[in-house]
Amino acid sequence: MTDDGSNIIVVKDLVKKFGTFTANDKLTFEVRKGEIFGFLGANGAGKTTALRILCGLSRPTSGFVHVAGFDVSRHPEEIKKRIGYMSQKFSLYEDLTVEENFTFYGGIYGLSRKQIKEQTNFLLENLKFHKSKEILIRALPLGWKQKLAFSVAIMHRPKVVFLDEPTGGVDPVTRRQFWKMIYDTASSGITVFVTTHYMDEAEYCERISIMVDGRIKALDTPASLKQRFNAINIEEVFLKIARN
Amino acid sequence: MKRFLGFIKKEFYHIFRDFRTLMVLFGIPVAQVLIFGYVISNEIKDVKIAIFDQSKDEVTQQISSKILSSGYFLLDRNLSSQKEIEPVFKAGYVREVVVFEPDFAKRLKSEGKATIQLIADASDANIANQVVSYTSGIIFDYVKLLNMEEQGAAGINTEVRMMYNEGLEGAYMFVPGTIALVLMLVSAMMTSISIAREKEMGNMEVLLVSPLKPIQIIFGKVMPYVVLSFVNAVIIIFLGHIVFGLPVNGSLALLLGVNILFILLALSVGILISTVSNSQLVAMFISAFALMMPTILLSGFIYPIENMPEVLQWLSCIMPPRWFISAIRDIMFKGAGLLYIWREVTILTAMTVFFIAMSIRKFSVRLE
Repeated sequence: MTDDGSNIIVVKDLVKKFGTFTANDKLTFEVRKGEIFGFLGANGAGKTTALRILCGLSRPTSGFVHVAGFDVSRHPEEIKKRIGYMSQKFSLYEDLTVEENFTFYGGIYGLSRKQIKEQTNFLLENLKFHKSKEILIRALPLGWKQKLAFSVAIMHRPKVVFLDEPTGGVDPVTRRQFWKMIYDTASSGITVFVTTHYMDEAEYCERISIMVDGRIKALDTPASLKQRFNAINIEEVFLKIARN
Repeated sequence: MKRFLGFIKKEFYHIFRDFRTLMVLFGIPVAQVLIFGYVISNEIKDVKIAIFDQSKDEVTQQISSKILSSGYFLLDRNLSSQKEIEPVFKAGYVREVVVFEPDFAKRLKSEGKATIQLIADASDANIANQVVSYTSGIIFDYVKLLNMEEQGAAGINTEVRMMYNEGLEGAYMFVPGTIALVLMLVSAMMTSISIAREKEMGNMEVLLVSPLKPIQIIFGKVMPYVVLSFVNAVIIIFLGHIVFGLPVNGSLALLLGVNILFILLALSVGILISTVSNSQLVAMFISAFALMMPTILLSGFIYPIENMPEVLQWLSCIMPPRWFISAIRDIMFKGAGLLYIWREVTILTAMTVFFIAMSIRKFSVRLE
């Protein structure tokens, strides 16, 4: 094992093939505990495939993949207990109230009634939303839905939370608030693994990897990437990599 | 277990908060029983006929009055020429014209035979068939009477008794079929739609990433529909009993047991459909075409299986409702016990096992 205890995700030579198509070609990277790790790439670059493998939704064709200390092929159930997930499609139930959604998701992660109550109150107070617990999700604007979905994803205090394009379709102000939540979450000890195609958001991450055609072409802090590619922002870095 | 209960609770929220779902679950079944029971009926009653009597003698008068007093027919008009026959059909009210040849009674006496022509509007073949056979029946009765008067009691007498449905009530046909239809609708269609909805909205992915096992997710989705379908079956049997006077001659426990078996079968079909459809619309479409049509057309619900072309008869053997309907008819009307319906029960059980195995396989393949 290459896991020396400081990495929460360890991936070595991960390959995923669908028939003759190679979606992920020998991916190798590590994510440190408590880090905000950005997973960048154009649509179709293989981000979602890799993310699904890390979450135990899909099996790798070959390679070594460890999440939270467990092998994804052999112990997906152990991993599922220790991760949180928020998909790009919005994931709360529209016809349930805010509180019912929290109770439901807390329940399927095996939280006790007391824990569910405490966590719901704590998270909703952080959002200054605790007075509106009885509102149906359907009645809320998208930005609020997304912030609530994120709160639900970290409700059971996972070791790492996977966010799949969490800010898609959200206005800039809400995106800022969302990233504030991500920072708070990371500083409370939860590792954040986030995919995005907003290049400005990549600047908020501690380290980013850039995927092109199923391969990781660059992986470093935003600052050193900009330096290395002599670019003023990540968007320029991305374009330079994609053109090669 | 606690996780599972929370899941079921959530499912009930979905059902009870959606007015349309509730209507499909409880409004449609009740409406269907009443519609099928009242509107669709095999019996003929007050069918309008015309009579073209070219003889107008004692015998033709007697036959006419026998036909008209049977309760099946109403005299629309008397015709006085051959030319009037077609316009009468074209006007659309008259279903049958009875034609007596000239000198009817005279010929009957001198030659020993006379001819009555029955002309029916066969643009609706079913009704034409029935109308003609009812009329011929009445005429035969009369002929028999005539023979007996002349030759004493030498004739053969037929006595008819309609076992298990003495009044030849249409509801006996349709209530079992409606149960099959409603259980298919509620169990298979609603389950497949509700699972497809989780997929469509992106919730399924979140559930699959959670510690819940796929089998728990499926059972959680299906469980509420088992309960609701069962309630529905009971409502329909109850309605059939109260409104149409359907008996339950066999064991009620066996009847409910067979219902549960069929519900499980329908649910496993529903799960299978949901594994191949990614949206609610697709799920609904497949359900409607793969389940509703065969249930109505090929199960013996409306059209007798014995009258179908052989190919369709074979096809009807793989339709679960066929066996279900046959089993509950036997239990309700003939009072049959398990020994008499073991064939149906075995086939339904085998089908259930098959569909559950198929959907589990499909479901795990999808996860790869």
